[in-house]
Amino acid sequence: MTITGEDRFLETIAADDKVEPRDWMPDGYRKTLIRQIAQHAHSEIIGMQPEGNWITRAPTLMRKIILMAKVQDEAGHGLYLYSAAETLGVSRDELQHLLHTGKQKYSSIFNYPTLSWADIGAIGWLVDGAAIVNQIALQSTSYGPYARAMVRICKEESFHARQGYSILLALSRGSEAQRAMMQDAIDRWWWPSLMMFGPPDAESTHTEQSMKWKIKRVTNDELRQQFVDQTVPQGQHLGVTFPDPDLTYDEGTGHWMIGDIDWDEFWAVVKGDGRLSRERIAAKVHAWEEGAWVREAATAYAEKVSLRRTA
Amino acid sequence: MTYEVPEIPGEQTEDPTGHYEEHGWPLWEVFVRPKRGLNHSHAGSLHAPDAEAAVQNARDAYTRRAEGISVWVVPSTAIYASDDSEAMFEPFEDRPYRHPTFYDIPEEVGQM
Amino acid sequence: MTITAIAAPLLKYLVRLADDNLVLGQRLSEYIASAPEIEEDLAVANIGLDHIGVAQHLFSYAAEVEGEGRTEDDFAFWRTEREFTNALLVEQPHEGFGELIARQFLFDAYQLELWEALSRSSDERLAGIAAKALKEARYHLRHTSSWVVRLGDGTDESHRRMQDAIGAMWRFTGELFEADDLDRQMADEGVGVDPTTLHQAWTATVDEILAEATLHRPDDPYQASGGRSGMHSEHLGHLLAEMQWMQRTYPGLQW
Repeated sequence: MTITGEDRFLETIAADDKVEPRDWMPDGYRKTLIRQIAQHAHSEIIGMQPEGNWITRAPTLMRKIILMAKVQDEAGHGLYLYSAAETLGVSRDELQHLLHTGKQKYSSIFNYPTLSWADIGAIGWLVDGAAIVNQIALQSTSYGPYARAMVRICKEESFHARQGYSILLALSRGSEAQRAMMQDAIDRWWWPSLMMFGPPDAESTHTEQSMKWKIKRVTNDELRQQFVDQTVPQGQHLGVTFPDPDLTYDEGTGHWMIGDIDWDEFWAVVKGDGRLSRERIAAKVHAWEEGAWVREAATAYAEKVSLRRTA
Repeated sequence: MTYEVPEIPGEQTEDPTGHYEEHGWPLWEVFVRPKRGLNHSHAGSLHAPDAEAAVQNARDAYTRRAEGISVWVVPSTAIYASDDSEAMFEPFEDRPYRHPTFYDIPEEVGQM
Repeated sequence: MTITAIAAPLLKYLVRLADDNLVLGQRLSEYIASAPEIEEDLAVANIGLDHIGVAQHLFSYAAEVEGEGRTEDDFAFWRTEREFTNALLVEQPHEGFGELIARQFLFDAYQLELWEALSRSSDERLAGIAAKALKEARYHLRHTSSWVVRLGDGTDESHRRMQDAIGAMWRFTGELFEADDLDRQMADEGVGVDPTTLHQAWTATVDEILAEATLHRPDDPYQASGGRSGMHSEHLGHLLAEMQWMQRTYPGLQW
């Protein structure tokens, strides 16, 4: 009996080993991965915009430097993820093209506006906090390049959530206006951060297959619960009120139970009707088009130099 | 999942074909030496128009937390990789005599 | 404000050096997420981080010299347009990557000479800041020079754009090499450097790179001046309005 590529793939998955770029893999596995890694990469890149919105207005030089370094990290993370996707036989150019033309998506969370400095704290604490919960789980994803990108990203992101929380800590110890600014930010960012984990498991179309392939290791609802359990006590320490009257601690299970998520809002944003959906893509496309002459010039120069060398 | 956007029922999605006409800069593999005495090891890849740009980009992308003291960049197309790991590498798994643990040395002989 | 006669010139000198770096860093921070490729976003951010970092060091030292309890943030956020003493070049806005690179390249070539000279300052603290900044400036210049060459000698369009960008920034370069009483005093004391002495080396660097880039040196006889005495272009006020907005809106708070 000959051992097929498929046998070896299934064996690798069963043994909790990593699948590597040149291995045989089912089409569906490759497609699912490309889609997920590309969406992840796009999210990092589009995610630079809401926070970038406050770099020029950061209240102190230290906060400005930290925020700039953080947004720069996001560019780096986008780069690592596009590289991981490229090992699957697609180019970054093509993926960016699909993003620019609306054929691939990024996380809905980045379609919300950053309206005050406190939003930068809330994004760090809640959005990065949610991302980290998810990304830690993804470090054990079955595709090698994706898993390695996650390890690198998790290591680098460990400061991101802390810097957000530290912004909020300063606000919590500050004036009435600062505490109001913080509360307003939490009111606006709490539910969208919970939505980041995706629809409930029962309605999640791809979860089952992705779990089988070990692309996904933990389900949406489990990750969401983990995030809520770790975040609520941190919020209590800040003295914020979560905008959820049903939020209660269940003594029996030891979990914080949340009220109903407004899935209509979630689906509306996924469908492209987020507050800033159009602006985010327009800004990205604008930067890309403005850079065309630079990219072309650099390519032309490289060709000239290599011709001169061979001449 | 955090960065996974669910499909909308009935949505027309487009998967990348892998045959998109390339306009972009070529891909380079980046190798970083973390400190003196250690080998350069593969850190990741990036796009750059030429080797000088690739070295600079590698510095900015892969050493911004002081992860290295030297970088190599190699055009990804210059990497020639092995295939068929079964034929190439599995035969070596069956040569226990190459490993020191294969040999029993009496304790009284001491460290060897 | 009471500052001793000895401390006052040094304070002014440190603030002047810091202002250049802060204003340029602020300009670069505007550019995040706008670069032609992700790799260049990372590069521009690194350069910006370097400049703001240098400004922090210089302001902190200035605050110590002054001894009035001001902080780096007081210097950055609580002075007006007329009190900023940065060179006009660094406050110039960029329309795109070409202008950003032109402004940065012309300034990098200046800072390379400046930090080299100041790393030999008799003021040890300043010499230390300069020595660190010198390493950063070397890399900045390497990065921007290679872009000037790529864009100058790239396509016809990029050649034209780069020539225009160098032309647009050129009239703000003369001011970098003007010496006023403060410069001369600081140079005499061995603390600072007379900027006129930096011009020759700067010209050599710039000429070499422009030649490699197939670009010509602009011959605009008009050179703007005034930044060092707080006579700025209209751009600085807007830059400060944005940068200082939080501190001015919520005075006296901790962030």
